[in-house]
Amino acid sequence: MKSIHVSTTINGDAAEFICAPDESLLDVLRNRLGLTGAKEGCGTGDCGACSVMLDDRLVCACLVLGAEAEGATVGTIEGVANGDTLHPLQQSFIDHAALQCGICTPGIIVAAKALLEKNPDPTDTEVRYWLAGNLCRCTGYDKIIHAVQDAAQKMRSA
Amino acid sequence: MAFDNAPKRVFKVVGTRPPRPDGVDKVTGRALYGADVSAPGMLMAHILRSPHAHAAIVSIDTSAAEALPGVKAVVTAADFAPQDDDFLRDVQDNCMARDKVLYDGHALAAVAATTPAIAKAALRLIKATYNALPHVTDVDAAMRADAPVVQEGRSLETVPDGMSPNVTSHCEFGHGDLAAGFAAADLIVERSFTTAATHQGYIEPHACLASMTPDGKADLWCCTQGQFNVRTLCAAMLGMEASQLRVTASEIGGGFGGKTTVFIEPVALALSRKSGRPVKIVMSRDEVFKATGPTVSSSIDVKIGMTSDGRITAAEAHLRYSGGAFPCGTVDMGAQAAFAAYDLSAVRTLGWNALTNRPKEAAYRAPGAPQAIYAVESVVDELCQKLGLDPLDVRLKNAARKGTKSSYGPTFDDIGLVATLEAAMAHPHYTAPLASGQGRGLSAGFWFNFGGNTCVSLNVNTDGTVGITEGNPDIGGSRAAISQMAAEELGISYDKIRTIIADTSSLGHNDVTDGSRVTFSVGLATIKAAQDAVAKMCSRAARIWGIDEDAVIWHDGAAMPAGPNAGKFPPMTLAEIAAVSFNTGGPIAGHYEFNADGAGVSFGVHLVDVEVDRETGATKVLRYTVFQDAGKAVHPSYVEGQMQGGAVQGIGWALNEEYIYGADGRLQNAGFLDYRVPVASDLPPIETVILEIPNPGHPYGVRGVGETPIVPPLAALSNAVSRAIGTRLNALPMSPPRILKALSKG
Repeated sequence: MKSIHVSTTINGDAAEFICAPDESLLDVLRNRLGLTGAKEGCGTGDCGACSVMLDDRLVCACLVLGAEAEGATVGTIEGVANGDTLHPLQQSFIDHAALQCGICTPGIIVAAKALLEKNPDPTDTEVRYWLAGNLCRCTGYDKIIHAVQDAAQKMRSA
Repeated sequence: MAFDNAPKRVFKVVGTRPPRPDGVDKVTGRALYGADVSAPGMLMAHILRSPHAHAAIVSIDTSAAEALPGVKAVVTAADFAPQDDDFLRDVQDNCMARDKVLYDGHALAAVAATTPAIAKAALRLIKATYNALPHVTDVDAAMRADAPVVQEGRSLETVPDGMSPNVTSHCEFGHGDLAAGFAAADLIVERSFTTAATHQGYIEPHACLASMTPDGKADLWCCTQGQFNVRTLCAAMLGMEASQLRVTASEIGGGFGGKTTVFIEPVALALSRKSGRPVKIVMSRDEVFKATGPTVSSSIDVKIGMTSDGRITAAEAHLRYSGGAFPCGTVDMGAQAAFAAYDLSAVRTLGWNALTNRPKEAAYRAPGAPQAIYAVESVVDELCQKLGLDPLDVRLKNAARKGTKSSYGPTFDDIGLVATLEAAMAHPHYTAPLASGQGRGLSAGFWFNFGGNTCVSLNVNTDGTVGITEGNPDIGGSRAAISQMAAEELGISYDKIRTIIADTSSLGHNDVTDGSRVTFSVGLATIKAAQDAVAKMCSRAARIWGIDEDAVIWHDGAAMPAGPNAGKFPPMTLAEIAAVSFNTGGPIAGHYEFNADGAGVSFGVHLVDVEVDRETGATKVLRYTVFQDAGKAVHPSYVEGQMQGGAVQGIGWALNEEYIYGADGRLQNAGFLDYRVPVASDLPPIETVILEIPNPGHPYGVRGVGETPIVPPLAALSNAVSRAIGTRLNALPMSPPRILKALSKG
């Protein structure tokens, strides 16, 4: 199979890569571009550990082809902080001990950020349903919900 | 140790909630896990796995795969050293099948190639010829005399004559006169239970990167709960000396016991040795389910006698566990844990392990205890219901306490069960009203907790900061807890300390991160290493002041004269002593190594309210509260996290999770879509109540907390569901089809 040349924007910067036609965006990010923040927990879209933004859509990068990034805007966990200033969600996850092993954390922060951009004042139930596609095996989700709500509150009053 | 029976009670740093040192790396995507590193010239490897539940390997022809352009090495069992030791041989045979494949997904060859696509294509060119054999995947079926034999000659002498060769071990615990005890009972309930095998379900699949050079030296990077154990196992399998293999533990994306052994690590090393190139292996989720350790599956009988006022007169349990295709001692722990929460005059537990054509069991959080205690706590609850007794009253009336001879032998020291039960009794959850169709369940739980081999170094830097080198992968915030204990002991602030986890060439042996041992054992070693450094700093101050070193004490982060007779000198802080250390004898460091004992057992009580949808059979968890004795919670947020996470894993086990095998002996649900772990929308908040009954075996009173919380949920949920629907359930998981079936019978 002939490789495909892709021009795209990743975390605000122009990026180019070549990939196989059947290569996932997740493999491109991790193996070709060195962006290993998105994790592969299942490869079938069931765990959410590879959550990234493709234009304004929250997607599992394992279910998107690298070629689909052509002309698009990709946002990953590596682009969530503003330089050396953590995003309120990132700070809140540390403050609330909302991670244990941390493998699901990048995906959950990307997904929660997408939620708060659509809905800055969600109920706990809305947070729980929005994050239902992001598996966490360590925390039982309780501290994650608190961290998201505390960040939402801080973002609203900022 | 002098402090052993006088735990410290006043703390400055311990008990606070500082940010974890690895927090920023983990929220920014910078933390490096098993699959996140690469090496120049690296090959990618994939593994060929058995499609059969049980088959003899007639031949494996790898010639076509080896001839494929881009393939650099192919390995099979023939590429590993022969093992005389049963344990090592089992681990090795599980990594790469020899003679027979023993379960669906058992590895039998591996290919390293320049790209993953070439490696996968090469797997299809390997010609494996099998002679399929009859299989057995059910534990009770495997124990029948006419069952297909998974492995011959593996029964220990403890196994009574006449049992199937699949029965590998037998154990017995208890004391007292059972017959007299049952004769004294007003009511006896005897029930049989089954529990399905479940998987630890860590989100990070196993991954490693191995690099071996032609001079026989090797480096291995992998996600593991114990890099020293990986070194021991891999060195033996590759025929290497330990000093030549350096193993570095990556950040680890969950383990729960499942990353306490090796699967792909020796394979990557063998491929690297053969190809002369670095080799990376990353498992798929399908491989994780099929070929890494689930729990045991179990079949259990429990018989308990009780007086009409709630005193247990006799208790007996028969436990039949299967740890898959290899011998497994988990039933011993189940048999010991089953009745640990009770003070009994007559108790007996018998256990058997049987081989089945399933993947080799790996530890999962309190291995063996959740199943046994589920069965016991279900029968206790049924007795309470039938006798019209309050289930917490009955547990308090029969509770083990200090001085109780436990059902497994030892006599308990200070334990927190009564305090935990009383906290549950006093909590508003216990008396909150329930609506029609809802049910409330509870269960006690127990875990032994382990200590083990531990080695810690502590270096005092000349700028007054401190570096700690420990050897246990941090799965849930342990670097924070270790730093806190060092800060407490040294009398400096938390942010002056950085704790790192060393590779196997940088520190002495540390046992695996398991048994809830790290905060206890590594914490204790850190405290002792800090005391070692303090003694040296006092000696340096004595030298500076020109007084006897016995006349110097350490107080609040500084050396000071012991009293007016020692001389009048202003205190010297750690930073001041460190700054001049090169002039007073050189660098200052503390060290401690030991085989830790005195871990201190841990009890928990869980309360849960549920509602069952009678049309769909789905169970909704409405409210959940965890009560647990932590001894001393060093970082309470991460103690709560253990309690919450364990509870939710237990909820998954109780309601949904199970390994489902078809009649062909193949696993039918090897993925997160069909093996459904709890998601955020399934759950209510998990409330936590931490009790602190100090462990006499630790200077700060610390007990392990990680495992106990997965023990009570199974029975708590079963008791709640049974009370909600008015029919008792005796099998896990209580998935909607099983509940509908129970409702149609009820």
